[in-house]
Amino acid sequence: MTRKLFTLALLGSTMIGGAAAAEDVTLTIESWRNDDLALWQDKIIPAFEAANPGIKLKFTPSAPAEYNAVLNSKLDAGSAGDLITCRPFDASLGLYDKGQLADLSDLDAMGSFSNVAKSAWQTDDGSATFCVPIASVIHGFIYNKDAFAELGVNVPETEDEFFAALEKIKEDGNYVPLAMGTNDQWEAATMGYNNIGPNYWKGEEGRLALIAGEQKLTDDQWVAPYETLSKWGAYMGDGYEAQTYPDSQNIFTLGRAAIYPAGSWEISGFNTQADFEMGAFKPPVKAAGDTCYISDHTDIAVGLNAASPNAEAAKTFLNWVGSAEFASIYANALPGFFSLSNHEVAMEDPLAQEFVSWRGECESTIRSTYQILSRGTPNLENETWGASVAAIKGTKAPADLGADLQEGLASWYEPQK
Amino acid sequence: MQNTPYKPRRRWHIAVFLAPAVLVYTAIMIFPLFNTLRLALYSESDQIRQFVGLANFETLFGNPNWSEQFWNALGNNFWFFFVHMLVQNPIGVALAAILSHPRLRFAALYRTAIFVPTILSFVIVGFAWKLILSPIWGITPDLLDAIGLKWLFAPWLGKEDYALTTLALISVWQFVGIPMMLIYAALLSIPEEVIEAGEVDGITGMSAFWKIKLPLILPSIGIISILTFVGNFNAFDLIYTTQGALAGPDFSTDILGTFMYRTFFGFQLQLGDPHMGSAIATAMFGIILIGVCIYLFGIQTRLRRYQF
Repeated sequence: MTRKLFTLALLGSTMIGGAAAAEDVTLTIESWRNDDLALWQDKIIPAFEAANPGIKLKFTPSAPAEYNAVLNSKLDAGSAGDLITCRPFDASLGLYDKGQLADLSDLDAMGSFSNVAKSAWQTDDGSATFCVPIASVIHGFIYNKDAFAELGVNVPETEDEFFAALEKIKEDGNYVPLAMGTNDQWEAATMGYNNIGPNYWKGEEGRLALIAGEQKLTDDQWVAPYETLSKWGAYMGDGYEAQTYPDSQNIFTLGRAAIYPAGSWEISGFNTQADFEMGAFKPPVKAAGDTCYISDHTDIAVGLNAASPNAEAAKTFLNWVGSAEFASIYANALPGFFSLSNHEVAMEDPLAQEFVSWRGECESTIRSTYQILSRGTPNLENETWGASVAAIKGTKAPADLGADLQEGLASWYEPQK
Repeated sequence: MQNTPYKPRRRWHIAVFLAPAVLVYTAIMIFPLFNTLRLALYSESDQIRQFVGLANFETLFGNPNWSEQFWNALGNNFWFFFVHMLVQNPIGVALAAILSHPRLRFAALYRTAIFVPTILSFVIVGFAWKLILSPIWGITPDLLDAIGLKWLFAPWLGKEDYALTTLALISVWQFVGIPMMLIYAALLSIPEEVIEAGEVDGITGMSAFWKIKLPLILPSIGIISILTFVGNFNAFDLIYTTQGALAGPDFSTDILGTFMYRTFFGFQLQLGDPHMGSAIATAMFGIILIGVCIYLFGIQTRLRRYQF
C-alpha cells in the first residue's frame, strides 16, 4: 500500500514538474568544453536567464575527444540539443552542408563580428554564416619577468633582439631559454610556425593568397619561418626531442625556463601554477617599426540545430551571445579565450590584457592551415607539424620542407596545381 | 539378424549448443570483418557512397602520398617484429630454461615478477616508460650518471633513429613473460626418461639443453613466433599512448595500426575516411593472413612431433 502511494506521489510530482517546465522554453547546449561547466552554470546561465525570463538554459558538455562523434550521432538520431557549440572550419561546415546547422547570416548579432572572426564558420564563398563566434586564442610568447630582470634581458621587439635575448639566457645557464619540446609535434607548428609565421606572410594577405593559389609554400615568405625555427633548437634545452607539452608547461611554471612560446589559453593555468611574475610579448618582427601580425585564432562558436523546435528562443540566446555583456562575462571568466566581437571588453587579468592589446597594434589573422587547406590528403596542418619539427631539429632543409608541403598540397588542391 | 534400413538421426543438440557461440562470433567477428572488406571497395564523395572496386587499393599502393606512408608503416612493423623475434623470444627461452632448473630457489617469485608487466595496461606501461626515459624528469639520466655512463643517454623516444627500437624494447619488456611461460610449460612437460636416457649417453648440462630440450620445444617456439607476428602486426596502443596518432618523430614509429587509426577516424583537422581506412585494414588483414599461411604450410607441417 505504502509503495503504491509512493509511486503515485512520484508520478504526481513528475507531472507537476512537467507542467511547470512547460511554461518555459528550455534550450539545451551541446559543447565539448566540459572545463567550462562551472562558468556556464555560475555566470553565463544566470545572467542570461535574469535578462530573458521564460527561457531556461541547460549546458550539457561531453568529453572533447568524443564531441564530434557524439554530436554527429545525436544529430543524425534527432536527439541533439537546440544549440550546438561549433568547432572551427570543416567539422562545422560538414554539419551545415548536411542541413543540420541553420543559416544564421541574418542574425542581428552577426553585426558585432569582423569577417576574420566569422571566417571559421562560413561557407567557402562567405555567403552563409552558421555559427555565432564566441572566442579566439592569441599566439605570442610568455616570459618570466623575474628571470628577465635578473639577467638584464630586455623584452625583444625584433628578431635580432629575440635571438640576442636567447643567447644571453643560454650563456648564463640558469634558465632554459625556450620552454618547448618536439615530442608532441603540434606545438612546433602551432606555437612555432603559426606563431611567428604571420609576420612573414603578412597575415591575411598571405593566407588568402595561398588559398587562392596565388602564393606557393615554396615562396620565400612561407619558407622563411622554417629558417627561423631552425635556429630555435639550440635554445630549447637538453633532450627537447623527447620533451612533451606538459613537460614544457611544467619547466616554465617551475621557473626553470625564461620564455614560453604560447597560446593565450595557457594564461589561467599558468596563473595558478607560477609563483613569479609573467609578461607577454608578441612575435618579433624583422625590423623595428614593421607592421606586426598576430595569430588571433578563431576557436569556439555556437550555432543553431536546424531541427530545433525552439528556434525563436534559441535566436534570442544567439543574439545575446553577440552582446557586450556576454563578451565581458566570458572573457573575464576564462582569461586567454578572447571575445571575437567588436565590443570593448575590459579584462582584469593583466596577462590577458597584454595579449588582447596587440589587436590594436597589429593585424589579426588565423592559422594558415586551418581553412580549406587541410581538407584533403595529405592534410596540410598535420604535415606542417612534421615540417616544423624537422626544421627545429635540423633534419631537413627549410627549402626542402617547403617543396614537400607544396607537392602534398598540390596533389589534391586544385588552385595550387 | 534383422536388416533395418539406416536412418540418420538428426542431431539437433549440436546445432542448439553451437548456436550461441556461432551467433556471437558472427556478430562481433565475422560480420565486421566482411563489412570492412566490403567498405574498402567503396568511396564517398559529396555524401554519396559509390562502389569504386579496387580504386582505394590503387590509391594506397600507387599514389605516392599514400604508398610512402604505407611502406614506411609496413617496414616499421617488420622492424618491430624482428626486434621481438631477436630479443623477446631468445630471452623468453633463456628465462624459461633458467626457471626450470631444479636447483633454482625462489623460482615462483621470479616467474611472477617477470610475468606481472604482461597484465598491465598498455597505457600504464607507455606512460611509465615515457616518464622513466624523460630527459627532464626521468630517472634514466641520473642512473646512467651514477655509473659513469651519462654520455650514453639520449632522448631515445624523441630521436628518429632510436624511437622505434626503444618502443619495441619496451614492448619486449612487457611481454617477455608470455614466451617464458609457454616455454616453461613445454620444458616441464618433457619426460624425465628422455633426459635420463641422454645422461646415460653422456649428454648433460648445456648440451642436454641444446640437443634434447630445444628440439622438443621447437613447436612451442613456432607457436610463440606466430603469436608474436600477429600481435606485432596488429599493434597500436603502445605507439599511440607514447607517440600519439602521428607516430612521431616524423613518422619514424608509424605502424600499420596507427596509420589505419589516423585514416579511419581522422585526426586533428583531418576528417576520417572510413573507406581508405578499411582499405588499410584489409591490407593488414591480408599481410597477417599471408604470414599465418606461411607459418602453417611452410613451417608447421615440417615441425616434427615427438610422441612418447
